[in-house]
Amino acid sequence: MPELALLTHVQHRNLMTVEEYRQTGGYEALRKVLLEMKPDQVIEEVKKSGLRGRGGAGFPTGMKWSFIPKNSEKPKYMVVNSDESEPGTCKDRVIIEKTPFLLLEGIAISSYAVGSSTCYLYIRGEYYDQAMILKQAIEDAYRHGFLGKNILGSGYNLDVYLHRGAGAYICGEETGLLESLEGKKGWPRLKPPFPAISGLYGCPTCVNNVETLAAVVSIIQNGGDWYAALGTPKNGGTRLFCVSGHVKKPGTYELPMGIPLRSIIYDYAGGMKDDRKLKAVIPGGSSVPILTADEIDVKMDFDSVAAIGSLLGSGGVVVINEDTCMVKALLRIARFYAHESCGQCTPCREGTTWLKKTLQRVYEGDARQAELDQVLSIAFNMMGTTICPLADAAAMPVRSYIQKFRHEFEYHVQHKCCDVKPAVRI
Amino acid sequence: MPTVTINQKSLTVPEGTTIIQAAEQLNIEIPRYCYHPGLSIAGSCRMCLVEIEKMPKLQPACNTRVTDGMVVTTQSPKVKEAVSGVLEFLLINHPLDCPVCDQAGECYLQEYYMKFGLHDSRMNENKIKRHKAEVIGPHVILDTERCVLCSRCVRFVREVSRSHEIGIFNRGGQSEIRLLPDQVLDNNYSGNVVDICPVGALTDRDFRFQCRVWYLSKADSVCNGCSRGCNITVEANRQRAHHGEGRRVMRLKPRFNKEVNRWWICDIGRYGYKFIDDPSRLIQPLEKQGDELEPLDWSTAAERAVGRIREAKQRGGAGSIVIVASPQLTNEDLFVTRKFFGVDLGIDQIDFRIPDKNTLSDDDFLLRADRNPNTRGAEAILLDGGGFDLQRIIESASTQSFGLLYLCEQDLVKKLGSEPARRFLGQFDYVIYQGSNENETSGLANLVLPAATYAEVNGTFTNFEGRVQRIHAGIEPLGDSLPAWRVICKLAQTAGFDYGYESAAEVFVELAQTVTEFEGLSYEKIGSEGMKLPETQPVPA
Repeated sequence: MPELALLTHVQHRNLMTVEEYRQTGGYEALRKVLLEMKPDQVIEEVKKSGLRGRGGAGFPTGMKWSFIPKNSEKPKYMVVNSDESEPGTCKDRVIIEKTPFLLLEGIAISSYAVGSSTCYLYIRGEYYDQAMILKQAIEDAYRHGFLGKNILGSGYNLDVYLHRGAGAYICGEETGLLESLEGKKGWPRLKPPFPAISGLYGCPTCVNNVETLAAVVSIIQNGGDWYAALGTPKNGGTRLFCVSGHVKKPGTYELPMGIPLRSIIYDYAGGMKDDRKLKAVIPGGSSVPILTADEIDVKMDFDSVAAIGSLLGSGGVVVINEDTCMVKALLRIARFYAHESCGQCTPCREGTTWLKKTLQRVYEGDARQAELDQVLSIAFNMMGTTICPLADAAAMPVRSYIQKFRHEFEYHVQHKCCDVKPAVRI
Repeated sequence: MPTVTINQKSLTVPEGTTIIQAAEQLNIEIPRYCYHPGLSIAGSCRMCLVEIEKMPKLQPACNTRVTDGMVVTTQSPKVKEAVSGVLEFLLINHPLDCPVCDQAGECYLQEYYMKFGLHDSRMNENKIKRHKAEVIGPHVILDTERCVLCSRCVRFVREVSRSHEIGIFNRGGQSEIRLLPDQVLDNNYSGNVVDICPVGALTDRDFRFQCRVWYLSKADSVCNGCSRGCNITVEANRQRAHHGEGRRVMRLKPRFNKEVNRWWICDIGRYGYKFIDDPSRLIQPLEKQGDELEPLDWSTAAERAVGRIREAKQRGGAGSIVIVASPQLTNEDLFVTRKFFGVDLGIDQIDFRIPDKNTLSDDDFLLRADRNPNTRGAEAILLDGGGFDLQRIIESASTQSFGLLYLCEQDLVKKLGSEPARRFLGQFDYVIYQGSNENETSGLANLVLPAATYAEVNGTFTNFEGRVQRIHAGIEPLGDSLPAWRVICKLAQTAGFDYGYESAAEVFVELAQTVTEFEGLSYEKIGSEGMKLPETQPVPA
C-alpha cells in the first residue's frame, strides 16, 4: 500500500467525533499553523507541495491563495465547493463520511492562510446524509474550540456556515456556486473579475474543493516537500480516484498522482468484471474526452493525461467493457448536459439541445451518415465560446466518442441497430 | 491612456474603455445582442467574440477592456467561424416567421444573418415550441419563440425602471422570458423594452401590424409630453396611406441624448402622439354662426380676426385685449406672438400660465409634473416684461369685462373646469381660439384658427433645464392648418406688418438678437443635442 495523505487513519474505521479525530493526531496541524506560522508561510508550504485543485481544473492551490488581496477593506471569504456534481465522481463524499474533521481542519488552516474569518461550505442538495454529518461535525468543532472565536487561544476567529445546494450541475462551477450561495439563479459569472478579487457578495473569495482542503492538513503535518514527493513533478500528492463501471471492485481509492491508469483498473479495482474485454475508460468524469483500451498506460496526473488529449478532471474513472454501446453511452451524456446547461450563453444553450436531439436520431438509426460530421461541427462551434466550461464539457465527449468509435455510430446509422453483441434492435 | 489596434486601425482611448466601445469609435462593426450601452454587461450572447493577439481563446469585446498595445481582429477566420456559429445556434429554433413579424426590417437576426451568417440551414430537428403572442402588459406583447435570450429586457426592468416584472425562467434549451408571478409589465417605461429588444420577441401593441418599418420616414424631434424634452424620432408613414387606419405618425422612438434622456422615453410620451392624426384636428378656420361653427378661408378668417382686434382696441384700448399663449408652442411661435401682439399692437396683457386643477406629479426618472415642453421658453420670451398676471383675473372671478381674448392651444375647460372656464370666457366680447385640435374650449370660441402640431413644424423647445432643442417637421401640417408662427404672421400681414419670415430659422435669428436669454444661440450651435441657455441673471423684483 502506497503512502497516503487523506485516508491514512480511516482505512478500517471512521473518525466521527473530535475526540476520535484527535487520537490520530488530528488538529495538530492547525495548532502548528495558528501558533507557529504566519499566513504567508502556510501559502509557501502549499506552493512547495505542488498541490493542484482537485475540483477538476488542476489550478495550483498555493498560487490561487496568493491572488487573494492581503489588504482588503472588505471581508474575505473562504468557500468550500462540495457540489461534487460531475458524473462518476464520489470522492468528497468519502472524505465527509469517513473523516469530516479532516475537512474542517483543512478549512481552518486554509482560511487562516488567506485571511478569512468566514467560510461557506456549499454541499450538493443530494448529499443530505453528508450534510447532516457535517452539521454535527461543525457543532462538535465549535464545542471543542476548533471553530468560533479565538481558536486555540491564537486570537484567530473562524465561522463555518453549511449551505445545501438545490441540485444543479452548474453550481459546481465556482461562480455559479457563488451566485447560488447568494440566493440567485446558478448562472456562472463573466470573468474578469475573478472571485479572488470580487467573489461572494463582491468580496475577495477563495473557492476550493473538499479534497484540496483536506490535503492541506497532511502538507502542514509532513511538509510540502513530503507531499510533493508522493506524486510526480508539478503534480504533488495523492488523488482520490473514484472507479466505477465494469470492474470487480468499484470504489474510491487514494493513490499517488501519476499512477498508471492500467494499475488503477487491474491492481486496485480488481480488473474487469466477468473478465469481459476493456473497451474504453473515462479518466476524469463524464465531461472529459474518452480513452480507448490502448491508452490506459497513461500516468494519471494532470499533465500526462492532458498530453494524450484528455483531462484528469475530477478523478471519476469510468471503466467501460466491450458490451457497452458507445452511441448509447454518448447519448446518455449528451442528455445530461442538455439538461444541465444553465441556458445563459447561446452556444451551450442551443448546442447541447441540438446535440442531444441529433444523437437521439443517430442512436435510433434515423439519421444520415453526413450528420455525424455535422454533430462534430456543432460540438466544435460550442468549444471555447462560452462563459464557463460547460459547453466544452458537453462537446468534448461528443468529439472523442465519435472520433474514437466512429464505426459504432456509422453502424447505428446504417443498420438501425448496435454492432455490440448481442445486437439489440432499437 | 492605452492604444489599441483593431483590424489594423489604431486608437488611443481612456482607461477602462472596452473593445466594443473602441471599435465603435473606429466605425468597426462588432455584432452584439446582449450588449447595450445603457445596461450592465451580460456577456452571454457570445456574438461579439474577437481575437486578441497572445490570447488563445476568443474574448467577448463587450467585457474586455483595452490595454496598451492590444491587437484585436474581428476578421480572422476563427472569429468569423465563431460568430457565424453563434448566429446559427440562435437561428436553429427561431420560427423564421419574418413575413408576419413586426420586427422585420429592423431585426438584428436578419441584419447579422446578411452580414455575418449567410449559411444554409442544417437544422434537421423539430424546433422547440414556446409561448407565442402573449400580452404581458398594456403596451407590450411577447413571442418567446423569437427570443434570443439576450436578457436586455430583464436587465432593463432591474436596472433602469427598477420594476422587476420579468425574468428568465427554466434553464438550458427550455429557458424563457416570463412574467414573474402575479406581475404585469406595467410601468411608465415599459415601451423601452421593445426598443432594446434586438429581435421580434417584444413588440409594441400600439404599432403592431400597423405599418412595415421600411415605409416609415423619420424626423428628429423632441417629445412634447413634459418639460424634460426627451429627444425622439417621429416616425411617419407617408407611402401607404391605407395602413394604420390612415394615421401618418405611426410611432415615436427615443433618440439618444446623453444630457437629457439617454436611450429612454416614458410611455406617457411615447403613446401621447395620437392627437396628431385624430379626427378632432382643426383643418380649416371656423367662425361661429349661431350655434354652429362654419368654415372660412384663411384670408377671410385673418381679416375677421384683425378686424375684431382693431375694434376691441379702438373701443377699450389695448387693456381690453388679453392674449393667452401656450407652453406647448415653440420658441419661434412665442416670439412672433410677442412681436405682433406685444410690440406692434402694444398689448401688454400677455401670459401663458393657466392654473391646472388636475394635479400631476413627477416620477423619479424622466417624467416631470409640468406636462409642457416649452414652459421655460415661454417664461424667457413672454415674461421678461413682467407685470401682467392672468391667474389673478381667473381666480378673482371679477366681473370686469374685456373686449377680446386671443387664446392659443389651451383647453381652459379641461384645466379650469367647465364653470370657471365659461365664466372667464364670458368676460370677453369676442374669443379667438388658435389650436391644433377641437376641444370644449374651442367650441366656445367665436373664431377658430387651425394650427399645426409639433410633429408638423420646425422650431425649438426649451426644456426645464433651459436646454434649447430643435424639432423638425416629420409630416406636413394637416389640411389648412399652419404652424402657429405662420398664423400670427398672416394676422400681422393683414394688419399691415409684413415680417417677411420664410422659415422658423429666420424667426430664430431675430429671436436670438432680441431676447436676452437666447443671445448668441443659433440652429447650428444647438445642433442635434441641444444647447443650454446661458445662465441668466434673476429678474429684479
